[in-house]
Amino acid sequence: MIDRVSNQKAWLMVLPVILLVAFNAIIPLMTVVNYSVQETFGNNVFFWEGMKWFEEVLRSERFHASLGRQILFSFTILIIEVPLGILVALNMPRRGIGVSICLVLMALPLLIPWNVVGAMWNIFALPDIGLLGRAINGMGIEYNFTQNPVSAWLTVVAMDVWHWTSLVALLSYAGLCAIPDPYYQAAKIDGAGRWQIFRHIELPKLKRVLTIAILLRFMDSFMIYTEPFVLTGGGPGNTTTFLSIDLVKIALGQFDLGPAAAMSLIYFLIVLLLCWVFYTLMMRSESNTS
Amino acid sequence: MAEITLKAIRHSYQANPIAPSDFAIRSVDITWRDGGAYALLGPSGCGKTTLLNIISGLLRPTEGAVLFNGVDVTAQDPVARDIAQIFQFPVIYDTMSVYRNLAFPLVNRGVSGEEVDRRVKEVAGMLDLSEMLNQRAVGLTADNKQKISLGRGLVRSDVNVIMFDEPLTVIDPHLKWKLRSELKRLHQRVGFTMIYVTHDQTEALTFADEVVVMHEGDVVQVGTPRDLFDRPEHTFVGHFIGSPGMNLMPCQIVDGKPIVGHSEIPVDRFFADHDKGNGLEFGIRPECIHLDPAGFPVSVMRIDDVGRYRIIRAEFEGQPLQILVKEEELIPSENLRIRFDRSSIQIYKDGWIVDRGVAK
Amino acid sequence: MKTRSTIIVTVYIVFLMLPIYWLLNMSFKTTNEILGTFSLWPVEFTLENYIKIFTDPTWYNGYINSLAYVSLNTVLSVSVALPAAYAFSRYRFLGDKHLFFWLLTNRMAPPAVFALPFFQLYSAIDLFDTHIAVALSHCLFNIPLAVWILEGFMSGIPKELDETAYIDGHSFWRFFLKIFVPTISAGIGVTAFFCFMFSWVEMLLAKSLTAVAAKPIAATMTRTASTAGYELGLLAAAGALTIIPGAIVIYFVRNYIAKGFALGRV
Repeated sequence: MIDRVSNQKAWLMVLPVILLVAFNAIIPLMTVVNYSVQETFGNNVFFWEGMKWFEEVLRSERFHASLGRQILFSFTILIIEVPLGILVALNMPRRGIGVSICLVLMALPLLIPWNVVGAMWNIFALPDIGLLGRAINGMGIEYNFTQNPVSAWLTVVAMDVWHWTSLVALLSYAGLCAIPDPYYQAAKIDGAGRWQIFRHIELPKLKRVLTIAILLRFMDSFMIYTEPFVLTGGGPGNTTTFLSIDLVKIALGQFDLGPAAAMSLIYFLIVLLLCWVFYTLMMRSESNTS
Repeated sequence: MAEITLKAIRHSYQANPIAPSDFAIRSVDITWRDGGAYALLGPSGCGKTTLLNIISGLLRPTEGAVLFNGVDVTAQDPVARDIAQIFQFPVIYDTMSVYRNLAFPLVNRGVSGEEVDRRVKEVAGMLDLSEMLNQRAVGLTADNKQKISLGRGLVRSDVNVIMFDEPLTVIDPHLKWKLRSELKRLHQRVGFTMIYVTHDQTEALTFADEVVVMHEGDVVQVGTPRDLFDRPEHTFVGHFIGSPGMNLMPCQIVDGKPIVGHSEIPVDRFFADHDKGNGLEFGIRPECIHLDPAGFPVSVMRIDDVGRYRIIRAEFEGQPLQILVKEEELIPSENLRIRFDRSSIQIYKDGWIVDRGVAK
Repeated sequence: MKTRSTIIVTVYIVFLMLPIYWLLNMSFKTTNEILGTFSLWPVEFTLENYIKIFTDPTWYNGYINSLAYVSLNTVLSVSVALPAAYAFSRYRFLGDKHLFFWLLTNRMAPPAVFALPFFQLYSAIDLFDTHIAVALSHCLFNIPLAVWILEGFMSGIPKELDETAYIDGHSFWRFFLKIFVPTISAGIGVTAFFCFMFSWVEMLLAKSLTAVAAKPIAATMTRTASTAGYELGLLAAAGALTIIPGAIVIYFVRNYIAKGFALGRV
C-alpha cells in the first residue's frame, strides 16, 4: 500500500463524484424519509404520521415473510454458487486457447440484461414449450414453476446459479492464477495431497477474492428484483416474493406510499448494516494479509 | 543421502525442439558427490533453475537420465525422490503454526506422533525457531519464514539432497550474511548433499566446496572456487568470476608463443600452433598483471579507486585491459609499463581453454 | 485428472449455454411452431422475427436507446471517477475513509428503494424519458464501482511516477492526463467494461425512468410479452439480440477480465 500524503485540496478532485452520487442518493432518500412519516389520500395532501408506518411494517407478517424468504434465498444461492464457482475455477485451463473460450462463454450470462435473463428462463423452463420443463416432466417428476411453489423456488435458484456462478468462478480463477508456482512445488515435495493443497495453499490465498465474491453475491441477491419478477412475478402466491418485489408491489401496485417508504428505509438499513459488517471484515482481512 | 548423477540431460520447453537454441539445457553430464556442498552458478536464464527442477523431479527432462545412488529415478515424482527444495521466496503454509509447518512433510509421510515431535523440536533448535513454534507462520519476518522452508527439508531424515533456488533473494542484506553462514554450518552438521543455485558469485564461492558454472544451457566448468579463479576452462567463467573479470584479447600463436597485436608475450609453457589463430584468445586476470618498468607499454584511460584496490583501465595493443593494483602501490603518472604473470596466462580457442600448452 | 477437469468445465459451460441455445432456437421459429410442436431445433426455420425487429422503429429504437444511455453513463462514470480515485489512492484528507465507505454503500443500495423517488426527481427536473436521466441514475452504482476499481489499479502504480513528473516540471493536470492516465489504460478499460456491464443489465431504473422516447430494448421486450400475448418468437429474437453487445465487449476485454477480477475490486 502506498503511504498517502495529507492534502485537503483532494476534496476538489472528489467533488464531482460526490455531487453526482449525492444527487442520486440523497434527494431520493429524503423523499423516501418524507413519505415514511406521512399519510396521503392522493391529491398531494399529506398528514403527519410519525413512526406509525415503521411500527406497522416491523410488526407485519407480510414483511417478516418476505424478509425470511429473502434470507433463505440469499443463503441458498451462496451455499451453491460459492463452492460451485471454486470447483469450476479449479478445473479451468491455465493456458492455451481454452482460456479465452472459457472466459468468454462463462462471462456471457453476466452481460445479459436482467429481464432478458428472466424471460430466457421463462421460455427455457415452461412445462409445455421449455426444454427444461419438458425434460423434467419427461423424467416423470411433476414440475410447473407457474403453479407449484417448490418448482418455482427451485427455478429461481437455478436461474440465479446460472446467472451469477461465473462471477464467483472468474474471481476465484483470477485469484488462483496469482498463486506462484513454488507453492505448488513445495507442497508436492512435502508430499501434500490434492485436498491438502486446496486446504492449505489455495483456500488461504483465495480468502481475499472470496470475501469479495461472497460480499457481492450476498448484497446483489439481497436486492434481486428483475429476474424473478419477470420469471414468476413473485408467485405462485407469494413463494418467490423477495423484499424488492414486495416493496415494488406495495409502492407501485397498491400505492401505499407511507408503508412502502418505511419498508424501504428498513430494507436499506438492513443492507447498510450487512454492508458495514462485510466491509469491516474485508478491510481487516486485507490488513492481515498485507 | 545420495550421490546424484545426471546422464546426457537435455531439456526443452518446446514440443519439437530442433535448433540448439530451443534447448534450455543443451547437454549436461555431471555427478554430485554424496554429502557435497555445491553451488550452481550462472547468469539469469542460463538454465540453473531448469536443471534444479530436473534433479528434484518437478520437471521431466526431454532426454537423458537422473540417477540417485546409481538407481534411475527419471520417472519418479519429487515425493518418491525424497528431496527438499527451498525457493526464491519463502513458501510457508499461512494457516498453520510454525510447529505444524515443520511437521507437515512428516505427517504427510505417516511418521508417528512422537517421532514428529522429537524431530520438529530438534530442527527448530538448529534453526533458532524454538521460541516461535506456537506462533502463526504468516506473521514472521522473511528470514524466519525462509528458515521454516529450510526446516521442512531438514526434519526429514531420509532426504537425498537439499536444493536452494536463490534462497536469499528476499532477505535483507544484513541478514543474508548471517543466514548464509548458518547454512554452511548446517551443512557441516547434518552432512546432507546440498545444491545452491545463485547468480551471485560471492554467495556461490562462500557456500560451496565445488561450484558448477552454467552458461546458455551448458555446464562450462565444475571446480573448487580456487580452480575457477586460477584456471577458468571457458572464457565465460573467466569473465563471470572475479571482479573485474578476466581480460580477454584476440591473439595468435607463433612458435608456441602467444602474440597480441605486435607483442610477443613471454609464457612458461609451450602452446601448439593453431591454424592461423582464428578464434584464439589470450586471457589474463587483472590481479596477475604487475607494474614493471621493463615491461610492455600501455596507455592509461582511467583509474578507479575501489577501496583496497585500484583498477587501472588501460589499453594494450589497442585492446582494453584492466589492471588491479594494491592501494599502496605507486602508479607512475606516465609511460606505464606492465608484465603478465607467466604462469597465469591462459589461451582459449573458440571460448574453451587450450589444454595443449606443455611445460618448457 | 486432466480429463476430469475438462468434464467439469464442459458440463458447466453446457449448463450455461442451454438456456441461451433455447432462446436462439425459439427466435428462429414461427409462433405456430412454438405453440404447436416441440422440437430441439427450428423445423420451419424463419428470420421473420429478426426482420420485424430491424424494420419496426419501436424495436430498433429501443436498441439505440439502450446503447445511448449505456455509453453516456460509461463515459460519465469513468471520467469523474478518475480524479476521485486518484485522490483516494494518493492523498489523505478529512473524512476520506467515511467518504469511501459512503460511496460503496450506494453500490449496495437496492434500486427498488429508489425507483419511485427517482421517477419523481427526474420528472421534477424535466428529464423524465431522456437518455440523460437513465445515464445519471445509473451513476448511483457505477461511480462507486468505478472509483473502487480504479483506486485498486492506481494503488499499484508506484508514487515515484508522480514525483518524477513533478521534478520534470509538469503541471498536475498535464501530468495526470498525459502520463498517469495512459499508464493505467488497462485499468480504465476494465472499469469501462464493468460500467458498461452494470448499466446494460440494469432494468428496474431504466424502465421506471422512461416511457417512449428513451425506452431500452429490454423493456420493450417485457411490454410485448404482456400486451401482444404470446409473440414468443419475437420476444426470443429481441432477447437474443441483447446478448450480442455484451458478447462483443467480452471478446475485446477477455484478456483484461482476469486482471480486473484479480484486483478483487468488482
